Amino acid sequence: MQVASIHFKERAHEKLNDAQLQKNLVKFKGKFVEARRRALTELDDADATRDYARDLRQRGLDALDVWLEMFERNATARGATVLWAETPADINRLVLEIASRHGAHKVIKSKSMVSEESALDHALEGAGHTVVETDLGEYILQINDYEPPSHIIGPALHKSKEEVSELFARKHGTPRKDDIEALCLEARHVLREHYLTADIGISGGNFFVAETGSVVLVTNEGNATLATTLPKVHIAISGIEKVVPTLEDIATLMRLLPRSATGQSISNYVDVLTGVKGDGEFHGAEHMYFIVVDSGRTSVLASDVKEALRCIRCGACMNHCPVYQNVGGHSYGWVYPGPIGSILTPMYVGLENAPDLPQASTLCNQCGIVCPVRIPLPDLQRKLREKEFEGGMRPWHERAGLKLWSWFAQRPALYGWASRIGVRHLHRLGGARGMIRKLPLGFGAGWTDERDMPAPAGRTFRELYKEAAARNGALR
Amino acid sequence: MSDDLLAGNAAARAAILGRVRRALGVVGEDAARHANAERYVAEHRAGPRPAMPADLGERFAQRAREMASTVERLASRDQIPHAVARYVDNLVVPASLAEQKTRTGVCWPEFADLDWAGAGLAIEPRPTQGHDRLGITGCFCALAETGTLVFTSGADTPTGTMLLPDTHIAVVRADRVVSGMEEGFALVRAERGHDWPRAINHVSGPSRTGDIEQTIVLGAHGPYRVHILLLG
Repeated sequence: MQVASIHFKERAHEKLNDAQLQKNLVKFKGKFVEARRRALTELDDADATRDYARDLRQRGLDALDVWLEMFERNATARGATVLWAETPADINRLVLEIASRHGAHKVIKSKSMVSEESALDHALEGAGHTVVETDLGEYILQINDYEPPSHIIGPALHKSKEEVSELFARKHGTPRKDDIEALCLEARHVLREHYLTADIGISGGNFFVAETGSVVLVTNEGNATLATTLPKVHIAISGIEKVVPTLEDIATLMRLLPRSATGQSISNYVDVLTGVKGDGEFHGAEHMYFIVVDSGRTSVLASDVKEALRCIRCGACMNHCPVYQNVGGHSYGWVYPGPIGSILTPMYVGLENAPDLPQASTLCNQCGIVCPVRIPLPDLQRKLREKEFEGGMRPWHERAGLKLWSWFAQRPALYGWASRIGVRHLHRLGGARGMIRKLPLGFGAGWTDERDMPAPAGRTFRELYKEAAARNGALR
Repeated sequence: MSDDLLAGNAAARAAILGRVRRALGVVGEDAARHANAERYVAEHRAGPRPAMPADLGERFAQRAREMASTVERLASRDQIPHAVARYVDNLVVPASLAEQKTRTGVCWPEFADLDWAGAGLAIEPRPTQGHDRLGITGCFCALAETGTLVFTSGADTPTGTMLLPDTHIAVVRADRVVSGMEEGFALVRAERGHDWPRAINHVSGPSRTGDIEQTIVLGAHGPYRVHILLLG
């Protein structure tokens, strides 16, 4: 996928002014949040479960080479072929080689974020294959000329049913449907034929299991189950960080993944797929390939934001993010939006190509609080901000401003005097309403374009503290 | 058959594993790390989990209903055909889906001996190619925690029967209801350890999507409805 993260600010601005998108985002807001909260109460001890999940993901990463080798050994023993991809281009090359080896024409795909990283669909189509995305959201985006996904769980949640209805009528040549059920039924009919006639099924991999050499696939639609049951060839593509030691570890993660994602107790289909079909088995892949992908993961593992690799792609961080809720997923400009995207995107495509993403956060820590594997997202964002500052990647006025502030902050008397003048001036600007309508140019003037700023009460923290302390007789 | 693909891939494998080891600060072969990993796997340690009531069958039935399955309890196996006939007859489907209300379908071979004709049904013990509307299966086991059916693929348990028809009816023996996923996996190890199944499919209710405006619609790709006959 083309990286457009450099345009975050322009895009976010555009999206904030997109009335239809803002309407769709409002509909979206909150549903997952409340459902998640309720679902986690079903676990007797959700916090202990999350601690355990954090530790087991970390255990996987701390001996990643050992688990990958174990995974490979067990997968191979059951008749699968394990292939390694260093770059996105390697993923596409390997898939094309496999397709040509099996003389494949039609390829069906269940959701794979990693294949979005490499724009696999375009590579397959470019080589003359027919590609069909089967996740309903991904299918909607595919027939809309490969519109990029905006959310990792619901890739087309930014679209209204009217938009989908218009799209289906145009692309399927059918009458417009006015309800969501009819739209889903129409997609079901179109996709069913593809399942039955596809030569290759490509899936992502929510997890790889070292103990058994399996891939775990989680869906509600059952599309991954169909796409990996019917075609003769199955290719599962996922990142090296997705390897988990045991099936018991999967059981723990499955208590958290659906609850954190959509607030469900369990996803409707959870498949543990291992090797090729057995003797006399009617359905199932005769050839199974795993493509395990680096593509930036080892650099993350070597960095000080390595906790980000624990991510299980539930989407809770974006569902709870006030920035994501307002600018939508497309603003982030690549495969992974929201708080986790603001770490992974700069790490995978280069900080210089996504300089605004670590800044696209108020550091409110909603994301860190809800993360099922306790990734300290704001800490990681701050680390990337520091890297940007040290690398001279921030604009001159921001760097100058910080230097100026730091100079003052190191001179307490001067700082106290200057802030006294500052808050009194701002207090006066606030007038009787106590709201500032327009900040002076160069001091966050853009901020007050959209809203008023509450004015300070007119006295500094230090003044108030001194007064309170004197009142309580606690002044040293 | 994959030899040349693999041969061409050896360099990528070495490079990636090398980078992983460098990132982790691993120097040389360390037998202790592998031994630790083997030990952890052998332990099969389970994480924190919610307590389950003593009556697993009842908990399973309750959670299965919450996942939009329907459940009927039967006393004995020979009641299955009439229960299926009753279920089909009572199905209410919109006019546009009228063809889904059918007395014709397929079943797993373990139910070939039942008197389907006696209940007015035409059920064939064969796998489906994808155009049958009613599929009847057993299951490997079921999970009380989440109301989940567990299927292990094999010659006598074709996956398509629970996946492709519009209506899926699953027979669950009450003594095969276990607490949660951990017990399900332990059963697979115990009973299929030497013939590990290609697929362990966990199914909790009908196929569904919320991809348009987060509105839940049943029957996204797989069955529109799952009916469970809980035996014993």
